Amino acid sequence: MYENLIYLDNAAATRMDERVLEAMKPYFFDVYAVATSQFGYSIGLDAREALDNARARIASALGAEPEEFIFTSGDTESSNLAIKGVALALGDKKGRHIITTPIEDFPVLHSVRTLERQGFRVTYVRVDETGRVDLDHLRESITPETILVSIQTANQEIGTLQDIRAIGEICREKGVLFHTDATHAFMRVPIDVREVPVDLITVSAHTIHGPKGIGGLYIRKGTPIKKIMDGGFQEFDFRPGLENIPGAVGFAKAVELVTPEETARLQRMRDRLLERLLNEIPHTRLNGHPVHRLPQNANVSFRFIEGESLLLHLDMRGIAVSTGSACFSRSLEASHVILGIGGDHERAHGSIRFTFGRYNKEEEVDIVVEAVKEIVHELRRISPLGKD
Amino acid sequence: MPLPYSEIVMEHFRNPRNVGRIEDADAKAVEGSPACGDMVAVYLKVDPETHVITDIKFESYGCASNIATGSIITELAKGKTLEEAKKITWKQASEALGGLPPLKVHCSVLAVDALRAAIENYEERHGLVKEREPTTVEFVRKRLKHVMNPLVGLDIVRTKLVKEIEVKDGVVRVVLDIPPDHMFAPTMKEDIEEKLRHRWDVKQVIVEFAG
Repeated sequence: MYENLIYLDNAAATRMDERVLEAMKPYFFDVYAVATSQFGYSIGLDAREALDNARARIASALGAEPEEFIFTSGDTESSNLAIKGVALALGDKKGRHIITTPIEDFPVLHSVRTLERQGFRVTYVRVDETGRVDLDHLRESITPETILVSIQTANQEIGTLQDIRAIGEICREKGVLFHTDATHAFMRVPIDVREVPVDLITVSAHTIHGPKGIGGLYIRKGTPIKKIMDGGFQEFDFRPGLENIPGAVGFAKAVELVTPEETARLQRMRDRLLERLLNEIPHTRLNGHPVHRLPQNANVSFRFIEGESLLLHLDMRGIAVSTGSACFSRSLEASHVILGIGGDHERAHGSIRFTFGRYNKEEEVDIVVEAVKEIVHELRRISPLGKD
Repeated sequence: MPLPYSEIVMEHFRNPRNVGRIEDADAKAVEGSPACGDMVAVYLKVDPETHVITDIKFESYGCASNIATGSIITELAKGKTLEEAKKITWKQASEALGGLPPLKVHCSVLAVDALRAAIENYEERHGLVKEREPTTVEFVRKRLKHVMNPLVGLDIVRTKLVKEIEVKDGVVRVVLDIPPDHMFAPTMKEDIEEKLRHRWDVKQVIVEFAG
């Protein structure tokens, strides 16, 4: 259907791998039963085994024990549970102060805003112009009332990686829980809970060629957290509801299929794209950090033009990207990430995000560069800006 | 699912007419600013005897609907007298384009405003204006009819979002009936400020939310 499509919006959703579908299939048609207790019937025991194996596989990718990983419906639910669950457990006992950054993705940002309206105090720790957290400001911001620090591993738009080890150590030293949203970093940059002092990690299958609608939350043993949905006792009594076993199996398969070699290949394509765009098109700038960034992410602002126009022109040529322009968003608001790192509306207006995945081919990079060059040139010809 | 834009919009977006600058223009106007998002510039050549628009060009820093409206507006205005061109409405431009998505109305209104502003600019330069109109409550209300409520694609006056207008000593105060954390509050605030702060007798524009 989209035969010649060049898809560069892998941060939003990835094409699922056929091998993932093959792994999932038996759990729709053969082993479709609920995961029963160990005293249940055979088909239920097989379902239980599949779920346990999937859990163990994903947990080990984080260096965690199986019982420290629970399945959810995706990163939105995981981050809601992490933040609101800790607030429920500690809000009355320890305090009502939470620390995060102004550039988090919406599940984190809007969860803390909801708590803010209920009387919690939130500190948005400063980030520099590349999006990196000011560690001194973080340290100063922690008070005896602080119950949670939630800082992402990698940014969804500009790809900036945080020093989660340093952040975790500060939190550990001050006795505060640390949650990180690793939706975009999981499997693309190493995260090992035996080395990094982190208590809660949000992950999702949709960014690594797994199925949509399945994600997970790492919960370090002993972390004070309460469930936020009521129902049965599934997922170690943290997340009620019938288990999504095909999803869990698909997620585990997706984890298994990501290799460091593949990530290196994505990075080479990304590097070539960035090098050519920044060198060959004047008045462009990189958004995010030049070194501490996701290997598969490029984010560039083109001055004097608007992102939705560029996006539509690229779409007409069969290239799919994303933009931080206000015109493109449902709320007509410019990217809070670009504004959050001190950029103005103009920079957000002309920002384009390119994110690579398994199905991108090396030769696509040059096709995209040539297309962007032509379109930017044409849109600048129309633009009243940048001519004097 | 097809794009939310009509084929005519896409055609004008792909091949905008009358793009560029007129170096020896008889009048010009720029609406919007890089800070608020979209921006449109309109340049006019006018026959001094007949007041017919003999040439018109536009430039756009904006999204597809902004570019397409700029393009169609130049086609609609070319060959018309200033009086006729002044009466071109956003609705006519939108109809000529086969309709615009409600959310995008505010980006496209700019082009219509820029055309009118360019005509006013010509009239001012050529002594065709009798008197400068003072900014009154009624004038503000008229201007606010060009500020869109993006949720429904209708202006904020018609959708009864304007609770109060006050004009006093060059300070314009507009109170909107929406909460300050409404998803479109910042957009509407910027739009209102942009529409009024360049008036000759306006020193300050204050937008308040009382929803």
